[in-house]
Amino acid sequence: MSASDLAATAPSAAVTARRTGPRGGGRASAHPGAHAASARRLGLRFLALGYLLALLGAPVAMIFYRTFEHGLAPVWEAVTQPNAVHAFWLSIELVAIVVPLNTAFGIGMALAIERGRFRGRALLGLLLDMPFAISPVVVGLALVLVYGRTGWLGSWLTSNGMQVIFSIPGMVMATAFVSLPFVARETIPVLRELGTEAEQAAATLGASAWQTFRRVTLPAIRWGVVYGVVLTTARALGEFGAVSIVSGRLEGQTQTLPLYVQDRFENFDGTGAYAAAVVLALLAFATLLGMNLLAKRTKRDTVV
Amino acid sequence: MTPPPADGAALAAERGAAGAAWRGRGGQGPRPGSRLRARAGTALGAGVLGAYLSVLVMLPIAALLANAAKGGTSAFWSEVSSPEAVAALKLTLIVSAIVVLVNALAGTLIAWVLVRDEFPGKRVVNAMIDLPFALPTIVAGVVLLALYGKGGPTGIDVTFTRAAVGLALLFVTLPFVVRSVQPVLLELDRSAEEAAGSLGAGPLTVFRRIVLPALTPAILSGMALSFARAVGEFGSVVLISGNLPFKTEVGSVYVFNQVENDNVGAAAAVSVVLLLSALVVLSAMTALSRSRSRHVG
Repeated sequence: MSASDLAATAPSAAVTARRTGPRGGGRASAHPGAHAASARRLGLRFLALGYLLALLGAPVAMIFYRTFEHGLAPVWEAVTQPNAVHAFWLSIELVAIVVPLNTAFGIGMALAIERGRFRGRALLGLLLDMPFAISPVVVGLALVLVYGRTGWLGSWLTSNGMQVIFSIPGMVMATAFVSLPFVARETIPVLRELGTEAEQAAATLGASAWQTFRRVTLPAIRWGVVYGVVLTTARALGEFGAVSIVSGRLEGQTQTLPLYVQDRFENFDGTGAYAAAVVLALLAFATLLGMNLLAKRTKRDTVV
Repeated sequence: MTPPPADGAALAAERGAAGAAWRGRGGQGPRPGSRLRARAGTALGAGVLGAYLSVLVMLPIAALLANAAKGGTSAFWSEVSSPEAVAALKLTLIVSAIVVLVNALAGTLIAWVLVRDEFPGKRVVNAMIDLPFALPTIVAGVVLLALYGKGGPTGIDVTFTRAAVGLALLFVTLPFVVRSVQPVLLELDRSAEEAAGSLGAGPLTVFRRIVLPALTPAILSGMALSFARAVGEFGSVVLISGNLPFKTEVGSVYVFNQVENDNVGAAAAVSVVLLLSALVVLSAMTALSRSRSRHVG
């Protein structure tokens, strides 16, 4: 065992080994030291994997087992219920509206923060991080306070025949709020690393701002953007707290798939709840796969 | 320099002329119109972006703050200090603090094992770390209930207990510390550790004196994000905790119940406390993390 291997397992002492005291690290080939090091390494590995198994692996495996323990037929029946199908398509509809919106504005905000020179940049950064600091429930409440019947713009909206809360526009806003930062946050570091040389060169050669963006900047940041899009999609699809408040949770009308899961669970329809949850879990696994494929892609892109 | 959004329309009109001029010149060399055109585009973009953020974020947050402040300090205080609100806020802050400390230990350990250890299936484990971010929060709650709920195979039943709240929060915040420590650990130069080892420092000393100081900023920022997330968490907690007032009702659930009961004043006041505690911890830990990284760097 080499010295670096010994050093590599050193921190295990902090967690497992006690009273080991200083040992001759220089004599790494000494058998007792190497033995203790590999024991520590195994101990740490099992501690970490055990934690992950208990918190993550086993529960997720369990829900698949619970869902399919009586075969596929009841699951199929549960997910083809009219309310389940409606909830599924409503969730897809929200994603289809929110993701393009937040992608465009996410790129815009990333450019403004990274390339812009104006006084409000710090404020913009703060606003962008708001969704990370604010509870989804509070997002819902804040939207109701502006766009609800008794909200700031409530009477104006009503007199103009517009309903925001308890209908699609409010749900779009809630979903857009909570998934706002992802595209910008994934794009900003890529923009920073990219630098402005290529953009300046393009401008010097006579390219317009739009041409520079489309031909130089966008190709360079595309994988960062796509990674952000994947995260936005996952968040938009799974949003619960904010949508729960602004939607009114009307069955077959404003009930999204996550809201449907809760509704089934609270009505003691375990099969329905598990089946819908598994549909969402499978979509999450697809997201995860996408994230991992893209992580490699982005790394390759930024290294070159 | 970005012109204020108000100028957008005027500049946009000029933009057309500039575009025509550009086409006439055939794109040869620098054009006087291009700078103006770029400015117009930027102004237009800034205006649209500002409008989007106003409608979506600024106006709602302003309404929330205004609503919480409407009755003055005494009204705010009486809403926040009602026994049920105090119990919910206390539970939220205490459980979040415990969860953050567990995350600091477990997250660092997991990051360490993923970077410095080799074992079959490591890549799958590494990919699985992000699952709590990809999984809808309500599904996280159902998933935990399937194993640790009533009639689960383990015989453990955490439903409607405070432990359930902690479990749900640990699940949803798992990736934060791991993902902030991992890249730092990957970049860490091992020669200092090797040198310390060859000079006779024990594994514990090497970790405490060399590795830990380098990781501290990353651990702190992961902890800050975990805390902010835990304080506001709703979806994963709502099914498993049972939302019993004075026992398992967290702050976000309290806000939700007040909104449902049309008690908007109480909901807004407690929301502001939740938001402020997340922001204060987030900025304090970020500042601490920055000063630490300056010491090390």
